[in-house]
Amino acid sequence: MTSLSRDDVANLARLARIEMSDEELVNLSNEFTVILDAVARVQEVAGADVEPTSHPLPLRNVFRPDVVVASLTPEEALSGAPAQEESRFRVPQILGEE
Amino acid sequence: MIRNSAAEMAAKLNAGDITSVELTQLHLDRIASVDTDVHAFLYVNNEGALAQAAEVDAKRAAGEKMSPLAGVPLALKDVMTQKGVPTTCGSKILEGWRPPYDSTVVTNLKNNDIVILGKTNMDEFAMGSSTENSAYGPTHNPWDLSRIPGGSGGGSSAALAAFEAPLAIGTDTGGSIRQPAAVTGTVGVKPTYGGVSRFGLVAFSSSLDQAGPCARTVLDAALLHEAIAGHDPKDSTSINAPVPQVVAAAKSGDVKGMKIGVVKELNGDGYQSGVRTRFEESLELLAAAGAEIVEVSAPNFEYALAAYYLIAPSECSSNLARFDAMRYGLRVGDIDGASAESVMNLTREVGFGREVKRRIILGTYALSSGYYDAYYGSAQKVRTLITQDFNKAFEKCDVMVSPTCPTTAFKIGEKSNDPIAMYLNDIATIPVNMAGIGGMSLPAGLAPEDSLPVGFQIMAPAMKDERMYLVGAALEAALLSKWGAPLLSQIPALAGK
Repeated sequence: MTSLSRDDVANLARLARIEMSDEELVNLSNEFTVILDAVARVQEVAGADVEPTSHPLPLRNVFRPDVVVASLTPEEALSGAPAQEESRFRVPQILGEE
Repeated sequence: MIRNSAAEMAAKLNAGDITSVELTQLHLDRIASVDTDVHAFLYVNNEGALAQAAEVDAKRAAGEKMSPLAGVPLALKDVMTQKGVPTTCGSKILEGWRPPYDSTVVTNLKNNDIVILGKTNMDEFAMGSSTENSAYGPTHNPWDLSRIPGGSGGGSSAALAAFEAPLAIGTDTGGSIRQPAAVTGTVGVKPTYGGVSRFGLVAFSSSLDQAGPCARTVLDAALLHEAIAGHDPKDSTSINAPVPQVVAAAKSGDVKGMKIGVVKELNGDGYQSGVRTRFEESLELLAAAGAEIVEVSAPNFEYALAAYYLIAPSECSSNLARFDAMRYGLRVGDIDGASAESVMNLTREVGFGREVKRRIILGTYALSSGYYDAYYGSAQKVRTLITQDFNKAFEKCDVMVSPTCPTTAFKIGEKSNDPIAMYLNDIATIPVNMAGIGGMSLPAGLAPEDSLPVGFQIMAPAMKDERMYLVGAALEAALLSKWGAPLLSQIPALAGK
């Protein structure tokens, strides 16, 4: 039986950039015990001799002609922006202070 | 008129019996009358649809050559971008977003003069089997408003069954076209992976997602399939090959000499008795139409569900990283001095619902170092085994068949607190996505015990989509002659306004 503690879930939530209440963390931790048991069944048949499949189509390096086509105007590209300034996306502070 | 098939509507438009504006208005009136009860639509584009219909009428009046479905209305799943029209994916994180571009499916619909009525409800980011995970409230099954219409494309299937639209677009990652079709008595087709462009389809699990047609008849689904399918340079995973001749197949319905493989593992225990009754009856009808019924085995299908609930969450944890509150969509907590990371954390807390968070966390775990091989890696191996099962089975048959779902529509709320029970709905539909092949669900009748629709699933090898339409058309014709009228003629009337 695999289980994830509340703190394990908190760490995953931090990696996934989702703020979570203590109640949510505890609920997810409880649910994951059941869910992980169910999905761990894949290990029963996944032998070393089986090749993995990541994608249904065996595609490699798909190219298209390098032709200039119309693209979004700055106004269109910014049309859904939560905030903008001087034809750019305005975002919260990314770097630390000094 | 609104109970006609799309093909019948197209014939009446061609004959000049009705205009597209009139036909579109009839559907908008129907939506206004019944959608407060059904809640199939998240957005109804009254002006846009009527304007598009007027253009189609003008083209027809000018004597232009029209495409087969020109002027017929359609409902679009809210996972597809349409320029200037709200696209939410059933999520609060995209509330109010109006995309600046059309998805390729929408471009193809517009090029075929198919009139887009509006956007249909869905489980948030297509994660669910009941449409209960929509941030905007559930959709109700028109057969019984207390029941689910399937999911994730429950809005599209309910719109068809409620006669709000004769055609709809769905997307199918683990059954989101076929399972809603099954529980609403409609037809839904997941084409071969790569058959329809994913450009502008908001990504959930990119190696599994596939858009496809939803309709009330097999021929209507085929007509819509040919309208939306084809190679697209904007989607590097779209197949560069001719579109399978699905309309010709749907018109033929000749199954003489075809071998139909019944999947031993997708029947029996866990399947409701009325589902099995209708499935067995359909097999008898197909045999009577000249098909040969054989049994095939797919021993690894029992691992498909487990593999799916690792692969899909893993891919979604990566795909949904784009919702970062920076360029579009919701932004929460952007106060003076707040860091970008804190804004992301707060936005994603408020913007995502419970099931989406659950899957992002599960995917983050399955991909994390130390667990990757045990979970995601093993799931990818199961994917190989499932594909091999299909390949072996298709050596013995032309198509494979099963019930689409283990049960008929369940009650809203019945499974919403039990993720595992909810995931089991997709047990028969998931293998198709894992292998990237085609799958269709069409109505097989009502389960005797609850008088609710049962779906019959047909699976065909990659790029042999026409085989599903041959078998689907044969079964549909046999059932129609048995019933004397389409299954949806038995649906209880909606009160309306």
